[in-house]
Order: sequence, then structure tokens, then C-alpha cells
Amino acid sequence: MEITTTEIAQKLGLTAEEFIKIEEILGRKPNFTELSIFSVMWSEHCSYKNSIVWLKTLPKKSDRMLVEAGEENAGLVDIGDGLACSFKIESHNHPSALEPYQGAATGVGGINRDIFTMGARPIAQLNSLRFGNINLAKTQWLVRGVVKGIGDYGNAFGIPTVGGEVFFDESYNVNPLVNAFSAGIVETDKIASAISFGVGNPVYIVGSATGKDGIHGASFASKDISDDSIKDLPAVQVGDPFQEKLLLEATLEAIATGHLIGIQDMGAAGITCSTSEMSAKGEHGMKIYLDKVPTRQKNMQPFEILLSESQERMLIVIKKGKEAELQAIFDKWDLNCAQIGVVTDTKRLEFYVNEELVADVPADDLVLGGGAPVYHREYTEPEYYKEFQQFQIDEIEEPDNEKLPEIAKFLIGHPNIASRRWIAEQYDSMVGTANTSTNEPSDAAIVNVKGTNKNIVISVDCNSRYVNSDPEQGTIIAVCEAARNIVCSGGEPVAITNCLNFGNPYIPEVYWHFVGAIKGMKTACEKLKTPVTGGNVSFYNQSSDEGPVFPTPTIGMLGLLEDINLKMTLDFKNEGDSIYQLGTSRNDISSSEYLYSYHKYKASPAPFIDLDEEAKLQKTILELIQNKLIVSAHDVSDGGLFVTLTESAMAANKDLGFSVKTTSHKVRKDAFWFGESQSRVVVSVSKEKKEDFETLLKSQNVDFSELGSVVSEKVCQVDGTIWLSVDDAKEEFEATLPKYLN
Amino acid sequence: MKFGVIVFPGSNCDHDIYSVLKDTFKQETVKLWHKSTDLEGCDFIVVPGGFSYGDYLRSGAIARFSPIMNEVIKHAENGGYVLGICNGFQILTEAHLLPGALLRNNNQKFNCKNIFLQATSQNSLITQNTDRAKAYKIPIAHAEGRYYASDKDLNELIANDQILFRYCDKNAKVTEESCPNGSKMNIAGICNKERNVFGMMPHPERAADDILGNTDGRIIFESILQLVNN
Repeated sequence: MEITTTEIAQKLGLTAEEFIKIEEILGRKPNFTELSIFSVMWSEHCSYKNSIVWLKTLPKKSDRMLVEAGEENAGLVDIGDGLACSFKIESHNHPSALEPYQGAATGVGGINRDIFTMGARPIAQLNSLRFGNINLAKTQWLVRGVVKGIGDYGNAFGIPTVGGEVFFDESYNVNPLVNAFSAGIVETDKIASAISFGVGNPVYIVGSATGKDGIHGASFASKDISDDSIKDLPAVQVGDPFQEKLLLEATLEAIATGHLIGIQDMGAAGITCSTSEMSAKGEHGMKIYLDKVPTRQKNMQPFEILLSESQERMLIVIKKGKEAELQAIFDKWDLNCAQIGVVTDTKRLEFYVNEELVADVPADDLVLGGGAPVYHREYTEPEYYKEFQQFQIDEIEEPDNEKLPEIAKFLIGHPNIASRRWIAEQYDSMVGTANTSTNEPSDAAIVNVKGTNKNIVISVDCNSRYVNSDPEQGTIIAVCEAARNIVCSGGEPVAITNCLNFGNPYIPEVYWHFVGAIKGMKTACEKLKTPVTGGNVSFYNQSSDEGPVFPTPTIGMLGLLEDINLKMTLDFKNEGDSIYQLGTSRNDISSSEYLYSYHKYKASPAPFIDLDEEAKLQKTILELIQNKLIVSAHDVSDGGLFVTLTESAMAANKDLGFSVKTTSHKVRKDAFWFGESQSRVVVSVSKEKKEDFETLLKSQNVDFSELGSVVSEKVCQVDGTIWLSVDDAKEEFEATLPKYLN
Repeated sequence: MKFGVIVFPGSNCDHDIYSVLKDTFKQETVKLWHKSTDLEGCDFIVVPGGFSYGDYLRSGAIARFSPIMNEVIKHAENGGYVLGICNGFQILTEAHLLPGALLRNNNQKFNCKNIFLQATSQNSLITQNTDRAKAYKIPIAHAEGRYYASDKDLNELIANDQILFRYCDKNAKVTEESCPNGSKMNIAGICNKERNVFGMMPHPERAADDILGNTDGRIIFESILQLVNN
């Protein structure tokens, strides 16, 4: 067997100390194949070695939780009546930076496999995308590639893409972020698990053949992006959505037989990861014969077969004696189904090629919670933080009234606020005939669970500018905004999944971002009673020249709406309805799009938020909806109050506008209309319900003000002046992305 | 009347149309597997949307050679009803049950959105209840939906009143701007000369349920069911 050295270990992404630890575990020097196995399993992507200490502090429990974070491939939440929802968000940032089309496509494939490997049929997808300056040709190329990749894969796979978010900022010039979310439904007696046990039970690989694509993808995802990254191109996988569709159907049929012991999809680190995690969890071992793995090319090296991240594959352990039934299902779907090994009681993974033992490693030492390293990283508050905190609104001269319409127009057409239609229409949002939000949009997507009155309500959110200004408070806001979107749609927030995108964790200032984000997430999730079901950590989103991306802890939240008749939408409904702001206006323009992009002023803290006030507001919104006291609800977020009102007018099904007035004179007008202080929602109320509406708000002690009313002229009128017509607003809103991307 | 929905391995609108026929309109409906050669006595065959065999070559190019399609072709030639929606329409043109071809959209992109449809002819089973003056809001979702046919074929379509649907604006006016994909004459759906084979790019099954906030597609199913009711 070939000799390995510290240098080789380092080339594979391991540290000298980790190499010594591997020698201790094996009691000898690892051979190259074994070293490769450790290198991928101990990469951040698989082991969470630099994050797990903090992840463990997050709240994980609630009555609805069917598996705990980290136990399975995705979170699993009881939604009642014998049904559960499996959901998760995952990043595919590094592949997408180099090859946006395949990188994004395989991100979609991977997250969906995480869902159906649990027995759940995916019913809705979301994505959260972040790109650099939209004026750059490279950014435009990345957006086109990523959107086409997500569309081509998701559309052919046949699961609707029902929403998402897109954000542009220079910090993402080199490292775009591509986070894909999927949610599926499973009957609680048909849940599958990623486990292996039962000596003599056969181990199968099913789905696509194994090729050389994606080798060391997990290690690649655990490095900074540099000029040399182009040499990692073979580490980017290639997706085949048709195979994924076949694999979905065959997998669900196989799980339904009840003969499966366990199943896990092959994502990061391929056969290595699935064999080790399933074995470690079931406290058993496996003998695997690599020569029996169907391959795309001849003469693949053992380490290549072990580490290949070829897509659309699953590892299945089935009860002995049921082989023929499994084979028949995969034959029906014209998919590979090859027995490649058996379960043993050794707790070791023994990999053979033509009867020759090529690697022999203990399963438990490879995995998170077992022998994988766990690090406490240093963290330091960066210098900019204090500077940002000192911002005072007086540093910005208050604009004259005449300037306000121009600012309004600027914001409506800003790439971070403008219509996402150019992107959204490239995704099939309607397949499955369950997305109730296509024709009647809400702040979150509402997807019907077919055959029931139940609906899942889902949203992905993170304003990373806020998080950069203040990681803890910014992440509190991200959780609250996700929940507010769900509440404004009529849903009850249930649980979250997270996608934690940060720079290099070995840099103390970057790790400080991470720690702050986790602290904020913990605080907000505890307050809103939305535990964390799992997710994904993506470090090293930084380049050697331009530093880290904005810290981006994307929150994917699941809510539940038991009765579709209590769905709430965001569009204004009728002339004469009163428009209210719920929540308090504050003299706060911190980190707003207005301050950051219009005034180009970057050094300010996160916007104001008070968690108690937020929780009370959300509870009240739900009561208003359940008592049918409001006819529209739209939360105030990016761009502030004026943008919110305009969006409700533009979404209206008939010719409507609004006439409103400034109702607080304690705050500056720019802060009133464009500030992004949190915990505010715009609602509209019919005349008949006004009294009951106000009574309820007073009884809940929620601050509110009547801004004005919905009018039949298509105008956006403020304090008696028409800032712009709804048609002009629409034109600004719709023109932006096509202008850059067509 | 018994409905059969063909299921190719890459079909993904099969269940949507199945559930509209079975659950919404309470019709006897079965799914027919692509490897089967038995139409199970179905009177009306639906070839649904999706990506039949992945469609990496050309939409519908491989599907036409599947075992079940031989039976569908025989069924059509014997006067049986066949409706192809989206990928199903592409497959029916590839199988030469309908004239013309569906090419890449002129904007080169997959396009999923509501469009307006004019029911150009009322002289067919699937449009008999429609109103020519009304614009029906029905979604499209395709990358290859640009209907193309030779001038000769187009003239024949016109002469035989085979154009069933055309893209239009919200006032049912057929205009160039209202065509989402560059189709010849804004054509969105046609039938064969014998008027028993139908193809359309828009998805009426996505506009047939109240919870989706759009039921404009129901008229097509109601037209078909006239046959059952009479």
C-alpha cells in the first residue's frame, strides 16, 4: 500500500494534527484511499467540525418534532392527521461560483434527494440567491446560469418552485450564494431512516452510474475561492433531472414496501459518506465491493469511486430475502440497482476491489458525533462594528419633500426590491396544482397538501446587510421576518431550517459573525417557538482579494395553515378600504436600502427590533386573520413603508391605488416612508370591520395608525401629492431585472 | 366515458390531469404506463405534460416510439379521442397525429405564467362550450412552445377550422404582443382534420380548482363532458 505523509494529508485539506489523529485511530499510517476517506468525512461540509459546538446551542425541541436536528437527512415535523413535513435548505455556493448552471442544478437535485430519502414526496421548492454588483458582466452571467440551472432541473423534476429571494451586493462579487430549499410530505408510518443494521443484510447502490465528477467536492467546498479554483472544475458535479425523477418514484415505491432497513442519498462524499453515516448510526459495519459499483468509465481508482459525487444515487440497506422485490421496482424505472456489499457487525467499513482489501476504517470515527474532530474557534469583534453602532440619523441630511417621490421611484426600481418576474417565470411554479400563491400572492408561499384542507406556508429570508452590521440582531430580524411572512399569509410558524453562509472560520472576525448569528437565531427561535430542524453550514465563502461575503444565515421557515379559507393575501382588495400600519414608526433609517444605496452610506447598525413587540404583533395579526377582520396584509421590509404600500397596490386584481398621510411627526419623513425598522405590517380593512378591528388592536395593546385608504384611481398618493402612478411604479418595478439580464 | 392518462417516466403533469378528471369531474380515469400496450378500454386518452424521457434530444422525440404510443396512434386512427397538453402536444406532433412542430420559444427561455387564450373555433369536442369573445386565463409552462407549420399546413388548418386556441390579450384580441413564444399566427392549440385528436400548449388542468384562484380551464373539461351528458 502506498505511503501517505503529512504533506499529502494537507493537500487533501487535512491539518497535520488531524493526520496524527488518523494514525492513532487506525494504529498505523492510512493508505491513500483511507486518507481520502478521512479528508472528505472530516471536511467542514460533512463533519461540521468548526461549527457544531455552537450549533448544539440552538433550540431543537417541540411537540411537533419527529426527528432532532442532525439525526436524519432533513428535518421532520408532524403536521397532524398522520402526515409529516420534511424540509431543509442547503447551499451549493462553491460549485455555482465556477459553473453556475450545473452548480445550481445539482444543488436543487441534492436538496430534493434529502427530502425523498426520508420517504417524503417533495411538493415545493424555494431558493435564496445572492450575487455581486448587478452591473458586472460576471454577475449577470452568474445570474443567468444559476436561474437556468435551477429552472431546468426543477422544472423537469416536476416540483414547483414557489418563491425565494434574490439580493445583490458587492460582497458577493466573487462568491455568489445559491441556497436551495425543498419541502415534502410523508405519511408518518412511511418514514424512512438513514440507518444500517442486521448482519448479512444486503447493501445496494441504486440510480445513476458512478463517474469521476464531483470528486473531492466536499473538500472543495471547504476552501476559499481563488484563481486556482478553476483547477477544481472536476469537483463540480453534473446533474440529470430525468434520472432524479425516476429515482424519486422508484425510491418512494421501494420505501412503501416496508422492506427497507435504511436509505441515504449520496451527496457530499458519495459512497463514503452514506456508508459511514448509516453504519455509525446503526452501530454496525459494512463490507463493500467497489468493483460491483456500476461506473461510467473503466479503470476508476478506488478513491475515485469512494469519493465520487455523481448525482442521482442512493445507498439502500434492505432486509435479506427481499432482493427480488427491490430489483423489480428499479427495473420498472430502468435504473441501476446493484448489490455492492453486506452489513457486518464489525462497526468498520471494509472496502474491497476484486477481493483485495483497499481500505479498512472504523465507521464511527469518521462521523460527526463520533471521532470527527470538534474545534472551538477563536472569535474577535471586528473594528467596524463599533463604528457602525455609532451612526446617528443626523449624519444624513433630511431630504426636502420634493425629493421624496424621486427616492420612492429609485427604491421601487432598485435591483434588491424590483420585481423578480424575470427569474420567477423561468421556474415552473404551478406543476402539482397545489401552489395557491400564483394567482393570489401572499408574503409567504402557501402550498396545499393535496387531498386535505391543510397547507404548508414557507418562506426563506435573510437580509445579510443587517447581519453584517450586527450579526446577532440581524439574525433575530431574519428569523422574525420569516415568521412575519408566514403570519401575514395566515400561517402559524412551526420550525426553521438554516443555511449558514460565512467566510473562512479560521479568521476570528469571520467566526465572530458566525457566533453572533447563532446567538441571535437561538434568541429569536426560542421566543417565537420555532425550533431548528437542521440545515447546512457553508464556510469559506470568501476570496483572497475581496474578503468574506456578508454573513448570511438564511432562514427557511415552515408554517402551517390548517384551513385554506383563512389564507391571507397581500394585494389591496376594494376601493374605500382603510389602510393601517400595525406597529410603531421609528426615527430609524439604519441599514435600509435607502441609506445604503440611495445615500451610499454603509456604516450603520441593524434596524431597530424588539422581540416582545414583534411576538405580540405576530400573535395579533393571526387573530385578525382568524377573525376575518382584515382583507390584506403585507409586512414592511426592504425599502420601507412606501414600497410595501405600492406592492399591495400593484398586486391588486383591479384598478386600485392608495391615498395615505404621514401619521407620525416624531420621526423624519424619510424614516417614516423608507426606514426599515422592524415589526410593522400594512393591512387593509373594510368599513364594516373597522370598529371590531380597532377594538381588537386596543385590547392587544398593539400600536397602530390609520394611514389612509384604498382609492379607485391608480395612484400612489402621499400627503395630498401623487408621488407616482401605479402604472409608472409597475414599469419601474418590472423593468429593472430585464434591463440588466436580457 | 373512460379516461386514460399516459404516464411516461418523466411525465410530471400526469397526476394533475388525473386528479382533475377523477376528483374534480368525477370521471372514471386510469393511468396507463408507457411500457404497456393496453389502453384498458379507455375512450379518451390524455398525453400529459412533463419531460417524457428527459427530452434531452427534442421534446417528445423519443416518446413517440414507446410501446403505449403505438396503441395511442391506433386508437386515434380508429377515431378515438386523444388530447395532448404541453409535452403531450409535442409528442402528438412528433407522432404525426397533429401537423406542425413546437420549437424553442423565441426568447430562448422556459416560460411559466398566465396567458390569455381565445377559443378560435367552437367546432370541436374540447371547445364546444367556449365563447369566442372571451379571453380565458390559462397558464403556460414550456421552453418549446413556438408552434410552427409550413404555409401549406397553416392554410389547411385555417381552411379546415382546425385552429382551436390562439394567444390573445385580456380583451380576446389576437395581437403580436400577446404571443408569449413566437408561435405562427399565435397558435396555442389545434386539432386534426378528423377532429378527434387535440393538442394545446397551455395547461387547463392548472386552472380548474378554486384553491388555485383561477378556474378558467374548467370550460374545456365541461365541453368534453357534454359528450358524456348527452
